[in-house]
Amino acid sequence: MIPVGWYLILGAVLFLIGALGFFIKRNMIALLLSIEIMLNAVNLTFVAFSVQHAQISGQVFVFFVLVVAASEAAVGLALVIAIFRNRESLNVDRSNLLKW
Amino acid sequence: MIEYLMDSEFLLLLLKIIVIFGGVMGALAYLTWLERKVIARVQMRPGPTRVGPFGLLQPIADGLKFLFKEDVIPTNANTFLYVAAPVVSLIPALLSFSVIPFGPSLQITDLGVGLLFIFAITSLGVYGIVLGGWSSNSKYPLMGAMRSSAQMISYELSLTLSVVGVLLIANTLSLAQIVVSQQRTLLGFIPRWNIFLQPVAFLVYVISAVAETNRLPFDFAESEQELVAGWHTEYSSLKFAMFMLAEYANMVTVSALATIMFLGGWAGPMFGPALLQTALPTVWFVLKVGVFIFFYVLMRATVPRLRYDQLMKFGWKFLLPLSLANIVLTSLIVAIAAS
Amino acid sequence: MMQTIFFVFAAVAVGAAINVLVQKHVMYSALSLILMLTAVSVLFILLRADFLAVIQVIIYAGAIMVLFVFVIMLLNLPQDEDGADRLWWLKFLGIPLGLFFLFLVIATLWNVESSVDTRAGISGSAGAIGHSLFTDFLLPFEATSLLILIALMGAVVFAKKDL
Repeated sequence: MIPVGWYLILGAVLFLIGALGFFIKRNMIALLLSIEIMLNAVNLTFVAFSVQHAQISGQVFVFFVLVVAASEAAVGLALVIAIFRNRESLNVDRSNLLKW
Repeated sequence: MIEYLMDSEFLLLLLKIIVIFGGVMGALAYLTWLERKVIARVQMRPGPTRVGPFGLLQPIADGLKFLFKEDVIPTNANTFLYVAAPVVSLIPALLSFSVIPFGPSLQITDLGVGLLFIFAITSLGVYGIVLGGWSSNSKYPLMGAMRSSAQMISYELSLTLSVVGVLLIANTLSLAQIVVSQQRTLLGFIPRWNIFLQPVAFLVYVISAVAETNRLPFDFAESEQELVAGWHTEYSSLKFAMFMLAEYANMVTVSALATIMFLGGWAGPMFGPALLQTALPTVWFVLKVGVFIFFYVLMRATVPRLRYDQLMKFGWKFLLPLSLANIVLTSLIVAIAAS
Repeated sequence: MMQTIFFVFAAVAVGAAINVLVQKHVMYSALSLILMLTAVSVLFILLRADFLAVIQVIIYAGAIMVLFVFVIMLLNLPQDEDGADRLWWLKFLGIPLGLFFLFLVIATLWNVESSVDTRAGISGSAGAIGHSLFTDFLLPFEATSLLILIALMGAVVFAKKDL
């Protein structure tokens, strides 16, 4: 028997790792990867809660999260290509033209 | 645990795994012989004749040759990924045989989401090519890998969408049940196979499947006239053999899937004594898969390679809209028939 | 048995996720993330969400990550350069704060009725999810198609050399 709580804690740990990655990594693609980790942690939590409450809606939401992840990856990577073409670097600290 | 291992159910499963895996591995070895022989005949050559009668021992000789070749790892290669790539390529290719029904009872496991499982597993196969090309650290493999990943993403779309029409009719994702759903007849004598109900989907599926397995006329990952040998230029010995085995295994998988979804799977005329009756479905299945593979080999022998931009245009501007239109039309008909 | 599987794949998921951050080259990070995604998909199977497990592999590992790997190969990126050293002290502030956040989350989750058995739950079959999508969630479902269309056009506009 596996309690729901274990899945929730695992989800929290994964989310934390993803958030940490978003803060410490400077490479644009690595940031996108960190976002994917966080989304997955949330997915795991959604499914765990869906099982706990015996309701399918949690799993439907995972489906929506997947769609958002796919769109985000497509737009994000297109941006990455555009920025790399202009600046020859993916370091987010270097893309600071619009910064005050 | 021990009790379970001695259980007759487990032993039966073990037997099935041995039969299917052994049969598939043997078939894969002899596919190389078949391919060489058929291409040779198309080009008015005799093909392999020296090793055994009709060159039938050629696959074994080839295997031994692979075994004894020097295993080269390029100095600049990324060793870990370079070694991992053939494994990543081969394992998904073989894993998909675990859900394919070769007969009414000759199936290792019947998953409720069997069809999606195969798509999931085969979509992981692209990493073998991509990693192999990237980790070789050499320009031709890299170009082959990039072409391959773009091609596989593009054609996976139309491949998956072409199947949706069949799913709308069959109402299930389990492969065994898709076969069972095709066992009635149309007008009393035509078998109710999905190829007759979904001819457009069948066309799209076959074209996309050829592209997915990187075979001619879509073999841009390899294209020996432009890229030497594409993504496996730097590979030799058993690693190369694993790539080749994976390619043939993928060919068999997509052919088997086409048979299951469009040609009625193991269905066929039944006659003879009871023992023959149990073996016949598997025979029909293997024959239908064989027809597909023969078609593949003939394609390789006769059709020239497309240009890369033609491939992309064809996939996105022709196959994808066609499969979408097919889905809309099929769901309309299904909805009208249901009401 | 089930618990062993859970712990093995949870460990793989966490290890792979940490490896995503540790690796210096983005290619290794991306590959490590694929490992994590597959491990999470196994956990979905343990939760009896078969459909989502398979969809996770098809969409994430089979499509999104291939796109990532493709872009990494296309750009032929050098090794990760370490970020600018401005605000270096944030690193030392960040780690305790992160751990505190983790502590908070776990403490909250500990109080949730965590003893619910996951075996007794519903099975997330394709039929059940599909039915729910086309009845209760029809409007959001249609909205996602619009989202994908917009993302598609956005990607084309961004990646185009000269508009």
